[in-house]
Amino acid sequence: MSTVEGRTRIVLAEVARAREVRQTAVELTQQSPVGDALLRGLIRTQLAHALRLAAVVVVGLGGLPLLFAAAPSVAGSRPLGVSLPWLLLGLAAYPFLFVVGAMYVRLAERTEAEFTDLVERPDR
Amino acid sequence: MPHSPYALPAIVAVTLVTVVIGAYGLRLARTTSDFLVASRAISPRSNAAAISGEYLSAASFLGVAGLVLKNGVDMLWYPVGFAAGYLALLLFVAAPLRRSGAFTLPDFCELRLGSTRLRKLSAAFVVFIGWLYLVPQFQGAGLTLQTVTGGPYVWGSLLVAVVVTGNVALGGMRAITFVQAFQYWLKLTALAVPVIFLVLHWQADGRPAITPVPGGTFAAATTVHFENEATLTVPDSATVDGPLGPGRHVIPAGTVLTFPAGSPVPEVAGVVRGEPWLLPGGPGSGGLFAAYSLILATFLGTMGLPHVLVRFYTNPDGAAARRTTLVVLGLVGMFYLFPTLYGVLGRVYAPALMLTGDTDAVVLVLPGLALGDEVLGQLLGALVAAGAFAAFLSSASGLLTSVAGVLSTDVLGRGSVRDFRVASVVAGVVPLVLALRVASLDVSLVVGLAFAVAASSFCPLLVLGIWWRGLTDVGAAAGILAGGGGAVAAVLATFGGHPSPGWTGTLLSYPAAWTVPLAFAVMVAVSLATRRRLPGTVALTMLRLHAPDGLRL
Repeated sequence: MSTVEGRTRIVLAEVARAREVRQTAVELTQQSPVGDALLRGLIRTQLAHALRLAAVVVVGLGGLPLLFAAAPSVAGSRPLGVSLPWLLLGLAAYPFLFVVGAMYVRLAERTEAEFTDLVERPDR
Repeated sequence: MPHSPYALPAIVAVTLVTVVIGAYGLRLARTTSDFLVASRAISPRSNAAAISGEYLSAASFLGVAGLVLKNGVDMLWYPVGFAAGYLALLLFVAAPLRRSGAFTLPDFCELRLGSTRLRKLSAAFVVFIGWLYLVPQFQGAGLTLQTVTGGPYVWGSLLVAVVVTGNVALGGMRAITFVQAFQYWLKLTALAVPVIFLVLHWQADGRPAITPVPGGTFAAATTVHFENEATLTVPDSATVDGPLGPGRHVIPAGTVLTFPAGSPVPEVAGVVRGEPWLLPGGPGSGGLFAAYSLILATFLGTMGLPHVLVRFYTNPDGAAARRTTLVVLGLVGMFYLFPTLYGVLGRVYAPALMLTGDTDAVVLVLPGLALGDEVLGQLLGALVAAGAFAAFLSSASGLLTSVAGVLSTDVLGRGSVRDFRVASVVAGVVPLVLALRVASLDVSLVVGLAFAVAASSFCPLLVLGIWWRGLTDVGAAAGILAGGGGAVAAVLATFGGHPSPGWTGTLLSYPAAWTVPLAFAVMVAVSLATRRRLPGTVALTMLRLHAPDGLRL
């Protein structure tokens, strides 16, 4: 983005910034090539976060029936005196899901804060 | 079954509190907006408690423990999936859906794809899923009243149906938000407090084994009333003689048998026993295909449940919707720690249920059976009964609100307050009649099928609609008809006909593993083939769905 140098910059800083804010917002709402690229980037980032964390659950939880079927000795083991499948599905699954969810909320909010920053302060 | 004298007063108290809070909400509800979306003035935390309260239904409160008692560890996929559904909702749907401004699924169809015909199609699916889910709520209410008071089955169903319909018709959403936040905490307390006493009792008993090999013995003298014919096999290793000699017996319906303490629990056809109960892939599980079908249906079905989505509109913005969903994930996960314990302790203290097949009642009768007919056991039994009623009242309220909302805007009228009231009565009467006429269906099985229909119709619509620009109205309709229609056909075949043996039966009882991929594939393929029908506003809609809330565009 253009920067103004010297004395003029101090005088016109407010005006220039206000115009730039409107410009990026307009690019988005008018679906200009720049605005469209910005939006596609945002959607792609958010979807990538969601898919990555979904993959963690698909492997971590979704792999269990296969694991138990393929390795009956794992299914029959008893850490802490409780059968492993009961421990995993009855207890551990819930905090696991919550932690994955909390990670997504953090990632998604950071992405949105960065995007807002980009639109409102394009000179940075 | 021991009948607690406190159970009926507790049920009446829960019902009264529900009505009173509803009436309090009624005074506040003045405009149509108040009525339908609680004016969007509800804090995330009470909204999250309300969503959880609405979500934890008869299937969660009674059904999960019953299934665990009957079939063992494989059934834990139900509660895990019910909770994981909120993670899928959080990852793919929550914030964009809230920003879309859609109040119902048909609204979302119209906003995103601008098609009135697709709107009508999705309205039909909302009503079907809602009714499919309401029937077991009313049945659970009948079962509860019958179990804890010995009263007739019809009254429980009728009581819940009338209270809920009246409350929804008169108070609208503002009322049920308060009611349901309260009911979440009631349900949690009603399971958590008795389970502390039950576990302490089990410790004091010297931790009796949960799956003795080969069978178990009755901890106390037990009288069993067989309402249906049963085939029992008594092992010949008995040290104490029961009323039946070793070998196989066919018990005719109406028989009453008393088993003395220490006599062996007979084996029953259809109930998993011994070591297989403890291990995954047991005889009652239906194998890997069924396990993955169940996982798909529950993980992806939650986002397509109409009464869950309605709640998201009461969040102020997308970020709040995301935070609310995370709190719900925590609250629901905390709740599901308890039903498992009831199912496990039921193996020790309520073996009679396995003989009669009445396993859905285990949560209700366990406090009385384990802790005896003293005041403590009776009070805890009453608390559990009250929690069960809270479960039926809150789930049924949420379902009824969403079905009535769709009926009033898309079928009967134009969404005025009067239309909404008429629609709630219609929405309540149909499933009540079904619940009274249809023979008792397994609570969790019905709910599992409702999830399968939702996962194969609305899940692909929402996920593709939110993340893929290429979705067209024709593609969406084709996918819903192929996947959702397939799931509906499977549901009707499962209920209507005799369960077919072998692979056909498995494909029909666990449809999600083929209907969900089918719905996605058809939706994408037909959308690509009808690319000319892409709505011109798609880029603006995408901006609205995904632009951060703080950005005022």
